[in-house]
Amino acid sequence: MPDQHVDPAPGATTGTARVKRGLAEMLRGGVIMDVVTPDQARVAEDAGAVAVMALERVPADIRRDGGVARMSDPAMIEGIQAAVTIPVMAKCRIGHFAEAQVLQSLGVDYVDESEVLTPADEAHHVDKWAFTVPFVCGATNLGEALRRISEGACMIRSKGEAGTGNIVEAVRHLRSILGEIRRLTVASPEELFAAAKEHRAPVELVQEVAGRGELPVPLFCAGGIATPADASLVMQLGAQAVFVGSGIFKSDDPAPRAKAIVEATTHYADASIVAKVSRGLGEAMRGEEIGTLDVKLAERGW
Amino acid sequence: MVKVGVLALQGAFREHREVLAALSADTVEVRTPEALSGIGALVLPGGESTTMTRLLRTSGLHGALSEVLRDGLPCLATCAGLILLASEVLDGRADQEPLGVLDVSVRRNGYGRQLESFEAPLDVEGLAGPFPGVFIRAPVIERTGPGVAVLARHDGRPVLVRRGPVWASTFHPELAGDLRLHELFLKEVA
Repeated sequence: MPDQHVDPAPGATTGTARVKRGLAEMLRGGVIMDVVTPDQARVAEDAGAVAVMALERVPADIRRDGGVARMSDPAMIEGIQAAVTIPVMAKCRIGHFAEAQVLQSLGVDYVDESEVLTPADEAHHVDKWAFTVPFVCGATNLGEALRRISEGACMIRSKGEAGTGNIVEAVRHLRSILGEIRRLTVASPEELFAAAKEHRAPVELVQEVAGRGELPVPLFCAGGIATPADASLVMQLGAQAVFVGSGIFKSDDPAPRAKAIVEATTHYADASIVAKVSRGLGEAMRGEEIGTLDVKLAERGW
Repeated sequence: MVKVGVLALQGAFREHREVLAALSADTVEVRTPEALSGIGALVLPGGESTTMTRLLRTSGLHGALSEVLRDGLPCLATCAGLILLASEVLDGRADQEPLGVLDVSVRRNGYGRQLESFEAPLDVEGLAGPFPGVFIRAPVIERTGPGVAVLARHDGRPVLVRRGPVWASTFHPELAGDLRLHELFLKEVA
């Protein structure tokens, strides 16, 4: 199939901020699903996923198994790339730019520098400007989001607490980011300088966010979405798309649940449609109380 | 000025609405067949064509859109929107079933993956000076049927085509930071 592809040249420029952020714009209103096999990737595409995240283990299993979680085997990622036509994303460890280089060489469409994997660097994230492939990063608050954007992230996802099937952390992080943005929009110019210090973020980015009333890149939501109503909730709060990790393939009957979450994300403001698609889906993933967790993945990242 | 419906199942519908609003056009988001009543033009945005195709079917919009477009509703389709309109989709999914309103054959992800997404200046018929072409996992138009006019090319291949009131591009004018293509469309259809 690659031989049928047309070369973008001449006069063309690849890897610009506009095309990197642009792919994130195209995913708006959609559902990005974690998959661990080509078969799961096909189920996700059939259900209407806008992209898949290729992983060796979903976060619930990473949490259960413990140990060091790393980038997936390239052969596994290539198997998923061959199985679907929608964008394929993959995760690298925080700060592990060599894993990111490998993922770029595989031609993945987005790299997730993710707290779900074990961090490789306790002070530095990847310099994402150095890459042609775009990056998504997690954030729990506005300062974290702006630091990731200043490093070149083209999409932010609120972190939530991956692998728990519990939406409470996703809601907290989303409300935190959006609430802090709203406060910036009513701040005076001198307050913006103070806000930049408080958020530990570049003042130019703080001023830009204050002027626009939103991040300069799309804000998606991840970590704990397990039901169609969860998707509707975070979309109504202001997320622009959702990542569903363990919530689909750790449930009783993944295919209908995947379709239902896609429908609920599109029609998030119409409760009668969310009700219709929520009927008879079987058991959702079991889920965990946040207070009982040994490891909180959302605390990774600096 | 006409009211413009923007298909809002998924994708870059907000950016189209912002461009249209900057040109003083009224817009409405279309997620159900009922939202089509009273609109004078339609925009089909970019996004994932496989996702939109599925949602067109479950929302009942597939049949409703075919009908209004065959009745001559003006339409501007970009990227995945073009794939929805095409008469033939190469490398699509077996169940992709496009609306078949525009007689072109289009290859999905024709340039490859995201790493091959690019920007390039375009000469567009009817616009003075180059237009910024933003191509994101863009499709390639492999064939244009009789009566389909080519308004812009990149590297010799059609990237903006028109048949009567139906306009379609493989690139994203809504991300270009340049209102002229939407303005031209509105002027022609209004």
